Amino acid sequence: MVLSYLLIITLWNIQITDREVKLMERITKERVKHIAHLSRLELSEKEVEKFAKQLDEIIDYAEQLNELDTERIVPTAHVLEVKNVIREDKARPSIKREDTFKNAPDHEDGQFKVPRIIE
Amino acid sequence: MSLFDHSIDELHQLLHKKEISVSDLTEESIQRVNEVGEKVGSFLHLSEEGARKKASELDEILSSDGIKGSLFGIPGGIKDNIMTKGMPTTCASKLLDGHDPVYDATVMNLLNKENFVNIGKLNMDEFAMGSSTENSGYKLTRNPWNTDRVPGGSSGGSAAAVASGEVLFSLGSDTGGSIREPAAFCGIVGMKPTYGRVSRYGLVAFASSLDQIGPMTRTVKDNALVLNAISGHDHFDSTSVNESVPDYSEVMTGDIKGLKVALPKEYITGGVHEEVREQILKAVKRFEELGAVVEEVSLPHSQYATAAYYVIASSEASANLARFDGVRYGQRVEGENLIEMYKKTRSEGFGDEVKRRIMLGTFALSSGFYDEYYKKAQKVRTLIKQDFEEIFLNYDVVIGPTSPTTAFKLGDQVDEPLTMYANDVLTIPVNLAGVPGISVPCGLGKDTGMPVGLQIIGNHFDEKTVYKAAYAFEQATEFNKQKPEL
Repeated sequence: MVLSYLLIITLWNIQITDREVKLMERITKERVKHIAHLSRLELSEKEVEKFAKQLDEIIDYAEQLNELDTERIVPTAHVLEVKNVIREDKARPSIKREDTFKNAPDHEDGQFKVPRIIE
Repeated sequence: MSLFDHSIDELHQLLHKKEISVSDLTEESIQRVNEVGEKVGSFLHLSEEGARKKASELDEILSSDGIKGSLFGIPGGIKDNIMTKGMPTTCASKLLDGHDPVYDATVMNLLNKENFVNIGKLNMDEFAMGSSTENSGYKLTRNPWNTDRVPGGSSGGSAAAVASGEVLFSLGSDTGGSIREPAAFCGIVGMKPTYGRVSRYGLVAFASSLDQIGPMTRTVKDNALVLNAISGHDHFDSTSVNESVPDYSEVMTGDIKGLKVALPKEYITGGVHEEVREQILKAVKRFEELGAVVEEVSLPHSQYATAAYYVIASSEASANLARFDGVRYGQRVEGENLIEMYKKTRSEGFGDEVKRRIMLGTFALSSGFYDEYYKKAQKVRTLIKQDFEEIFLNYDVVIGPTSPTTAFKLGDQVDEPLTMYANDVLTIPVNLAGVPGISVPCGLGKDTGMPVGLQIIGNHFDEKTVYKAAYAFEQATEFNKQKPEL
């Protein structure tokens, strides 16, 4: 009994240590730069530092979710039990073509125009 | 006395008797906006000309056919993340500066059908991310009760405009408390309906599984009237639900004898400030005097709601806001190549809070962390939903404070994201569970002198009982008659 109790404590401690290591690795400045790239954001060095600290605090706060045992819990993506909503495949009126370009920064010949994609 | 001290019903009687015209109502609104606009700063876009034109059209209808529509001639304002054709819609973001919508949101079509008068677009936290409206890319909005304090957020402009008597009602949106918290801070009534009750078509998406549009008003009855106008199934929003919409006015009798009311102990302990708790406990007493049965219960997982929410909402936001790339709409900042253009556009266009949440969401969804954060948060969401399901087996409504504090001072929490997030600790569980919740005025806090909001939460699609309880409380207290001096 005592032995198994000790074993649990030890395992628990190892888990904690694991998490601490992960926490340190988690929001490094390098990682912030990578996340920013994935998010299509450009950050100054100062911003990288600020966001690294803030994001780490927020992630650390989110860690409390691990206090809960959710092994057998089904995740909720949507609160109502709606199934796929389908409709008949019939054409219906939509926004006029010229309207679609009304707010576009750049367009030409009925197409959105963007900077060079292929080098 | 302002015309806007009347309810919509009363104003319709005055219109019917020809004692006032629609133009009188519109002028009252425009005049008030010009009078307090600089002090309060509710509006991002004022539609003086459009409103006047609409008013004179409606006056013609009034003289020929009488009152046509449940909101006939009533001046209202719209949160700036709801698409309004012919009126800019920017989500208070520089990235969407000047954006001119090519279609109306479904709620706008429905409001227009009821012949309301649109006064303009209301300030908010950029893309609805925030609890104080300080994250607006354009301006500060101040609390009409004390202009050193925040109006709450993200629907801060919507709350301040109603509280200061600039409009009779407004629409807000609520993802984690963005209607109820500002309603509480500004001493008005704000309803977040059941998820799926109101179409989200034309609401710029922040967190699609949580967002709901709802009405903000001075009184419970007016609130229900607006909700009745905007509710209903819409085939343009596949998450809108085909449930019948009851006439909410029928339940407003003031009689709540035997109503079973749950008071979660987690909602009156912890970080809830004394001045808030005091007013809430008085409200509990009032419910008992009215014949309701109030019992203490537990929502054991509510303490985890905020953490789960920020993971889920930010994840959804990181995907939803990917569309703002300077290609189809918004301000573009040129770059050498496509990726550089994206980056420059988004970095200059978005404010810090939006960047923070996009990055948090991108991180939570990235490979290696998805299970640990996103999936975990969704599992906790299930637990929170189950907490409510269990309570509603035995109770009609849940009551508690809307926010743990009254309105805080401008600038106090701007650079403290976690402190700011804690404002929503009592409203977030309601969004995660998808149930309806309202905030009604509940007196003034003794320390700050600022309004306290009482939150009343109901079961899925049971806005009716929420309104019934809210109306009885309002009639028994008349806190809604309290107005800020401006």
